[in-house]
Amino acid sequence: MRTIFYLIRKEFLQIFRNKFISKAIFAVPVLQMLILVPAVTFELKNVKIAIVDKDMTSESRGLISKLDGSTFFRVSYLIFSENEANNLLHRNKCSMVIQIPSGFGKDIGTGKQGKLLATIDAVNASSAELSWAYLNGVILDYNTDLIKQNISTLPLGPVSRIEINNRYWYNELLNYKYYMLPGILVILVTAIGFLLAGLNMVREKEIGTIEQINVTPVRKYHFIIAKMVPFLLIGLIDLALGLIIGKIAFDIPFEGSILVMFLGSTIFLVAVLGLALFISTFSGTQQQYMFVAFFCMVIFILMSGIFTPYESMPMWAQDFNMINPVAYLMRINRMVMLKGSTIQDISRELYSLILIAVVFTTLAVRRYRKTA
Amino acid sequence: MEKVQEKVIIAHDLVKKFGTFVANDNLNFEVYAGEIFGFLGANGAGKTTTIRILSGLSKPTSGEVKVAGFDAYHQTEQIKKNIGYMCQKFSLYEDLTVKENIVLYGGIYGMSRTLISERLRELLEKLHFEEYENRMISDLPLGLRQKLAFSVAILHNPKIVFLDEPTGGVDPITRRQFWESIYETASRGITVFVTTHYMDEAEYCDRISIMSDGKIVALDTPAELKKQYNSKSIDEVFIKIARPATQGSPPLGGLGGRN
Repeated sequence: MRTIFYLIRKEFLQIFRNKFISKAIFAVPVLQMLILVPAVTFELKNVKIAIVDKDMTSESRGLISKLDGSTFFRVSYLIFSENEANNLLHRNKCSMVIQIPSGFGKDIGTGKQGKLLATIDAVNASSAELSWAYLNGVILDYNTDLIKQNISTLPLGPVSRIEINNRYWYNELLNYKYYMLPGILVILVTAIGFLLAGLNMVREKEIGTIEQINVTPVRKYHFIIAKMVPFLLIGLIDLALGLIIGKIAFDIPFEGSILVMFLGSTIFLVAVLGLALFISTFSGTQQQYMFVAFFCMVIFILMSGIFTPYESMPMWAQDFNMINPVAYLMRINRMVMLKGSTIQDISRELYSLILIAVVFTTLAVRRYRKTA
Repeated sequence: MEKVQEKVIIAHDLVKKFGTFVANDNLNFEVYAGEIFGFLGANGAGKTTTIRILSGLSKPTSGEVKVAGFDAYHQTEQIKKNIGYMCQKFSLYEDLTVKENIVLYGGIYGMSRTLISERLRELLEKLHFEEYENRMISDLPLGLRQKLAFSVAILHNPKIVFLDEPTGGVDPITRRQFWESIYETASRGITVFVTTHYMDEAEYCDRISIMSDGKIVALDTPAELKKQYNSKSIDEVFIKIARPATQGSPPLGGLGGRN
């Protein structure tokens, strides 16, 4: 056991003597939180629309002001040529073209159906759908206004409707920052776990110091543990730093227990560090290591459900996520922070992470060879 | 000098192959406790391969190999407890100080805290290193680094110390001092197994073996070899016997044999 202590001390001395790394490990969480949390959002605001108003009646103008008045849309162009409007869409000057045909106002006035054509830029399919949904919302609103105004002239009396009241739980204001912040914290610890320890190990190979270690009677698992512990602690410190920034800068709610979240992150870090050190055992150079580790990291993060809901992925992707530690921590962080989930609620995730951690660490120890 | 004839290294038909390349071809030699055994050969003759096998970093392909009484196939970790090793590539941590390196290796070899600090004092005094105690290794000139690496290799009082071209790139005065510490080490009963290019250094050894193309082509005391080959110096002996190199250079990366 004493050997581990000597080895860990050596790692810390080296980390804090490295001017760049010792600063970067504190700067990275600050920058990542301050830049990514507000930047990464699905919220749709101020979608630029071009309107071809061939009607020019009070009804068409009413609709236009209704659209412009909503926070989702901004009427950027009011033109009369359909071609020009499509051209604007093509050049990315707007994301939606709405055509109001002549006779729109007359149709409404005479109780017929008014017709509109909306052309939406669907390069990004999900934001196109969202725009369409918002547009429907605004039109529905406009419709209701029309009905209210003309209630006396309408042939039928008011139609009884089902009214739905909805309430959003766990994130009442639908604040995307609240949703993204726990995920960004996961990315933070993932990057630390994946990159630092593995590179450190490969660097020892490159400069040859590992040879001097390998010729000593040091135990393999001592050496691997000594490479894990410092980066595990750095990961947890960065997590704490990230949480503090989240509280101060974004006033993020924290419903659950901080301890549970740290427990999850600790197990997660062991898993990721184990995988990183495993990769390092068959990388001869830092370049090789970076290539493989980066590849794994990107796949793990993109499949983890940070941007796209985990449950709507295809079955094979959900199966893959059984071995994806990032997916587990993504759920743990969001559940604990937003829902206030307890250790029992996330026990399935915790057990899975423990299993992954044990497997990867064992692989790393077994694959690390003191003899060629 | 009277030697106790205890055999600390036994190599019997030692063969090491990298693919089809035979780096060590049926080596037979024994090294006695307390002697300075010179392991000579041209670049690529297979010296480093042998030294890596003897120090438990690499496994032999076939043959019987025993170091400090332990088998080189299955008991590499026991071998490692009993040997010191210093390789051609400098391998102490350059971003740690002299003291930190010594404490680290003392700790790895399981030495007690007091023993470590005792050794540290001794060592600094002996090498006149007191002023360097808290200096980073990267700030030290090469000669001093080599001396320190040697001291670290024998810090835990091993039975055998392997030195792979310890004096490469070092000035003549430092080389001399280095050999003085090798003598001093051997006089403490530590067997020294040393490879070198410098033929004048070979004269300092108790016995030398000369390798060529993976084979041992001569093995005796320097005086006997000179007599046998009718030469004035080992340099001459070496030229006479190590010249006919037939197998050519090893494939790149073959000799390093890293994992």
